[in-house]
Amino acid sequence: MKNRIFGLENEYGLIFSPHGKVYLPMEKILGYIFEGLIPNSWPSNAFLTNGARFYQDTGCHPEYATPECDQVFDLVVHDKAGERILESCLPIAEKRLEDEGLSGNIYIYKNNTDSMGNTYGCHENYLMRRDLDFWKVTEQLIPFFVSRQIYTGSGKVLKSSGRSHYFISQRAQHIHEKTSSSTTSSRSIINTRDEPHADAEKYRRLHIIVGDSNMSEYATYLKVGTTALVLSMIEQGLNLSGLELEDPVKAMREISRDPSLRKKVRLEGGRELTAIEIQRVYLEKAKAYVTSGDVDDMNRDVVERWEYVLEELEEDPSRLDREIDWIAKRALINNYMDKKGCGLDDPRVAMLDLQYHDIRQDRGLYYLLCRQGLIERIASEKDVQRALAHPPQTTRAKIRGDFIRFAKAKNRSYTVDWTYLKLNGYWEETILCMDPFSSVNQRVEELIATAAQKK
Amino acid sequence: MAKQEKKREKKKESGRKEEAVSANPEVIEKGKKIKEDLDNIIDEIDDVLEENAEEFIKNYVQKGGE
Repeated sequence: MKNRIFGLENEYGLIFSPHGKVYLPMEKILGYIFEGLIPNSWPSNAFLTNGARFYQDTGCHPEYATPECDQVFDLVVHDKAGERILESCLPIAEKRLEDEGLSGNIYIYKNNTDSMGNTYGCHENYLMRRDLDFWKVTEQLIPFFVSRQIYTGSGKVLKSSGRSHYFISQRAQHIHEKTSSSTTSSRSIINTRDEPHADAEKYRRLHIIVGDSNMSEYATYLKVGTTALVLSMIEQGLNLSGLELEDPVKAMREISRDPSLRKKVRLEGGRELTAIEIQRVYLEKAKAYVTSGDVDDMNRDVVERWEYVLEELEEDPSRLDREIDWIAKRALINNYMDKKGCGLDDPRVAMLDLQYHDIRQDRGLYYLLCRQGLIERIASEKDVQRALAHPPQTTRAKIRGDFIRFAKAKNRSYTVDWTYLKLNGYWEETILCMDPFSSVNQRVEELIATAAQKK
Repeated sequence: MAKQEKKREKKKESGRKEEAVSANPEVIEKGKKIKEDLDNIIDEIDDVLEENAEEFIKNYVQKGGE
């Protein structure tokens, strides 16, 4: 596929820290957060004027699914917009609690693990061709997903054999299978959920639940950009096999455990490679692909950054403390420990490890680094602010966004899902939007035009 | 040693010559700068960290998601 639709779903961690001792059921807090977003309603599932979906996930997590994007840049921007939208709900929800006599702070974390070893995810979705042998595709993708954590990981201090270690990935320890259909009991590298939200004869969905949530825009950009590119190469018939791992699940954990990136993992047949070496094989094929093929600037930019990052990782990972989450956070933690003379198992380090992911910009440590100019950004804040209310202009999300804005302006109740739009009431007609690549829908345009005339 | 040379060659080819060749003083300088910047924000960090980190962390329990 030359053009591809992709999207991200982020599940956020949520806690209320009361000034006092009254702990509240999360449902209640989440309810108030929703109120801030969609006043006077409790649908716990809402599409927004920017085309995104905001809802309550299993386990009481607020979840934000970006609108359909066909540019990686747009996806980075809309993923950040999700953080800002949630952040804007915090003061309203805290005020509601205070009115009930419960003062305290709500924290929302864009991370993947709590203190007990529970996990929640950041899911990636890629539209892909149906007419390929899915199992052959996954075989070629698995070594890529196992090794890409060296630039997509968000880092985590974990106890192992009684001692605290810094791991590269939050998610790696929670993955138990190569492929499976479950997301909650036996999480896998490749999930087989297949809801393309498009013509299912032509397309299927590639649903990836192995990745960490990223604060760094650079990491999100690379994560989605490289994955989409590798998928395109496989769809084009390039052979990316030969890197099959003897035990991918084990290999992923081994790589996560070694921030020096020197650990070699075993391939089928006994050969051993580091994660960087595995990534380099994919990169070299990608370089050949973008120079020979009919490939757009976005993909060329992805390859350039990908190469830069692998080179730096090879020289010295600490050089990427502006770009890569696990490295930026590690630098912060190391400096803190130096200055305070404490160790990795100090509760303050655990707090720091968590608060790097706090989405409130005046409290989150990622944002503290941003303010000091210590983080490389991809988007400008202006882009992000625009994305709070405006969908990407080149996909179906535009139709959805226009429709919702129209319905709200007319004060009409509506029912919307990824593939259809409906105004509720006596004039009920469902408008189907099965093509995610199409940003124009005649029925929606007519509807808006007619309403404008009546006015 | 041979491997080092090869690496350097590769860097040149990919147009990152400046960084590779002048790496040492510049990188050390850059490292120092970052260390200083980070030093400056450590005190700020204490301001935003919850006072009772231990209890906060203990209470940060979520249900599994997805």
